[in-house]
Amino acid sequence: MVSYLIRRILIGIPVLLGVTLINFLIINLAPGSPADLYLSPTATPEDVARTEAALGLDKPVFVQYLNWLTQLLHGNLGVSFQNREPVTQLIADRIGPTLLLMGTSLVVAYLVAIPIGIFAARRRNTAADYGVVGASFLGISVPHFFLGLAMIYVFALTLGWFPTGGMVTLGRGGGFADRVSHLVLPVVVLATAVAAGMVRYVRSSMIDAFGQDYIRTAKAKGLGASVITNKHALRNALIPVVTVIGVDLSALIGGAIVTEQIFQWPGIGLLTIQSIGARDYAVLMGINLIAAIAVFTANLLTDIAYAVVDPRVAYA
Amino acid sequence: MSVTPPVTASTLLRVDGLRTEFTTDQGPVTPVDGVGFTVAAGETLCLVGESGSGKSVSALSIMGLLAGNGRVTEGSVMFEGQDLAGLPEPELRRIRGHAIAMIFQEPMTSLNPVLTIGDQLAETMILHLGLTKAEARQRAIELLEKVGIPRAGAVVDDHPHRLSGGMRQRVMIAMALSCRPKLIIADEPTTALDVTIQAQILRLMRELSAETGTATIFITHDLGVVAEMADRVAVMYAGQVVEETDVYTLFDQPKHPYTVALLKSIPHITTPAGDRLTPISGSVPSLLHLPTGCRFRERCPHAMDRCATELPELRPLGGGVGEGEHSVRCWLYDETGTAVPA
Repeated sequence: MVSYLIRRILIGIPVLLGVTLINFLIINLAPGSPADLYLSPTATPEDVARTEAALGLDKPVFVQYLNWLTQLLHGNLGVSFQNREPVTQLIADRIGPTLLLMGTSLVVAYLVAIPIGIFAARRRNTAADYGVVGASFLGISVPHFFLGLAMIYVFALTLGWFPTGGMVTLGRGGGFADRVSHLVLPVVVLATAVAAGMVRYVRSSMIDAFGQDYIRTAKAKGLGASVITNKHALRNALIPVVTVIGVDLSALIGGAIVTEQIFQWPGIGLLTIQSIGARDYAVLMGINLIAAIAVFTANLLTDIAYAVVDPRVAYA
Repeated sequence: MSVTPPVTASTLLRVDGLRTEFTTDQGPVTPVDGVGFTVAAGETLCLVGESGSGKSVSALSIMGLLAGNGRVTEGSVMFEGQDLAGLPEPELRRIRGHAIAMIFQEPMTSLNPVLTIGDQLAETMILHLGLTKAEARQRAIELLEKVGIPRAGAVVDDHPHRLSGGMRQRVMIAMALSCRPKLIIADEPTTALDVTIQAQILRLMRELSAETGTATIFITHDLGVVAEMADRVAVMYAGQVVEETDVYTLFDQPKHPYTVALLKSIPHITTPAGDRLTPISGSVPSLLHLPTGCRFRERCPHAMDRCATELPELRPLGGGVGEGEHSVRCWLYDETGTAVPA
C-alpha cells in the first residue's frame, strides 16, 4: 500500500507539470496584454513596454514558463499583477471559505442523495421512482447561475429568509447562525447538481446489487428487507459510488467558481473570476496549480477508499 | 386434476398442483404448471429435467423467493402442516434459512463479496437461533470444519474471494446446515464445479444429510448425479412432472417416453466406443407456444391422436415395482401400468 502510494505520487508529478504547461499556454494564447488593463488609454508604447518588462512579459513564452517553474521550486508562486500581493497569500486567504463551501456541499449532497437513491431503487419502476429520476434530471440540467439567481430572487429578495450573498453580515461580527444563513443558498445550489448525479448513480448501483446472486442468498437465509438493503446491498453498491466522488470534486471546483461569483462568496472561485478579468496571469497559474493538486489528491483518496470498501482490492 | 401423492406419517413436504406464473413483455408464461411431489423426512428427492423445465422455479416457488414478476397462482406447498404458498412474508422469513435452507448453483457469486465468511454464517444463526455473536462465530468455525474447510479458524475471517469455487460451495453447505434445517433445497449445487470437486461435494452432501437426517430436494440436469444422490426422482418436462418413482425403478424400468429417451441419450460404461448416442429429436417447446395436449408429443416416437387433444394426468401405476410409488404422465399406460394398445 505504501509503495503503491509513493509510486502514484511520483507519477503525479509529471502529470501536474503537464497541467501547468497547458494552463500557461492557454492563458498566454488569450489576446491582449495585462499591461493594457493597468495603463490609461493615453499611455505611450514606451509605457506599455516598460510595464510589460516589469511584469516579465517581454520574454518569450517558454522562458516565462521556465521562470515560473523555477520560482515554484522555491515555493514561490509569484505576485499578483493587480495589487502586488504574493499569490500564496491571496490563495491562503481565500481557500478557507472555498473549502467550507465545497465540503459542506459535498456532505449535504451525499447525505441527501444516498437515502433517496436507495429509496428509488427499492421502488423501481413505480411513480415514486420516476419522480426521483425526473427530479434528478432537472437537478443535473439546471445551470448553477440560473438556480443561484432563482434562489436569490425567491429566498433572499422575495421571502427574505436568507442573505443575498457574502459570508458574514458586515459589521455584525458574524456569529455561527449568521454564517450558516449565508451558507445555505450557495450550498443548496452547489449540492443540487452533485446530489442529482449521485442519486442516479446510487439508484442504478443499488438496482444492480439487488439483482445479484448474494441478495438471493440473503433472502433465502430469511433476512429482513432492511438488513438486505442496508447491509448486503448497500455495502456493495457503494463501491462504484466511491469512484464518482473524485469526479464530483472536479465538477464541484467548476461549480464553485460560478456559485461564488453569484453569491459574492469570498473564496477561490471569486478570486478566479476577478483574476481572469484582470488578466492576472500569476494568480491564475497559482489557482490552476492548486485546483490540479486538489483533483489529483481527490483521485488518490478515491483509490485508497476503494481498498477500504472492497476487500477484493489490494494495492501492491 | 392430478392425483394427490400419498401422505404418510413421515411426509415432510407435499407440493400439490403448483402453478407459477410470470408476467413478461410477451404475455404471461407458466414455467411451472401443476407440479406435485412429496419429500419424506430424511429422504433425497432429485428433480431432474432439461434447462427451462421448471426445476428452479419450482424450488423458488416453495421458498417464496420468486422475482417480482412471478407468483404462485394455484396449488399448495404443505410443509409440516402449513401451506407455504399462502403464508405471509414475515412468517416465511422465519422458515427460510431455518427449517428450509437453500444452496445455489453459483458458488462464485452466491456469497456476499464484502462480508466475511464468518459474518455471513453467523448472521443466520443470530437471526434464527438467537445465538450471541461470540457463540455464532464459534459455531461458524465448527461448521467450516465439518464441511472440510482447512484452517477454519482463519477462513472464518476471510472474504469469499480468497476461496476457490469448491470451497465456497462448502461454505454455502455450512450455511445451509447452520440452523439444522429439516429440508435443504440444492439447486444444481455442483454444476459450476469441475468433476473432481463435484464428486467431493456430492459425497459431502450425502454424508451430511445421512448424519443429520436432513431431507434434500436436489435439482439437477445430470442423470449421473441422480444415480449418485437420489432416493426418489421426479422427472420434469416443460413445467410438469412427467414421471416420479424411486431411483432404481427409474433407471431399470422407465415408463415415460421422455425418461426413456433421456436415459438413451447418456453414455453408459458398457457402451462400446464408437457407438452413437440417441439424442432426443426436436427441442423443448417455448413456454409461450406450448403444444396442445401432451407437452412432449411433438418429440415423442409413440404419439397418438389422443396425445394431441388431451393432457394426460400424473397417475400412479398399479402393478409396478411398488404400490403407488411409480407415477407417470402418459397415455401409453392405463391405471395398471400396462401399455395401452395404440
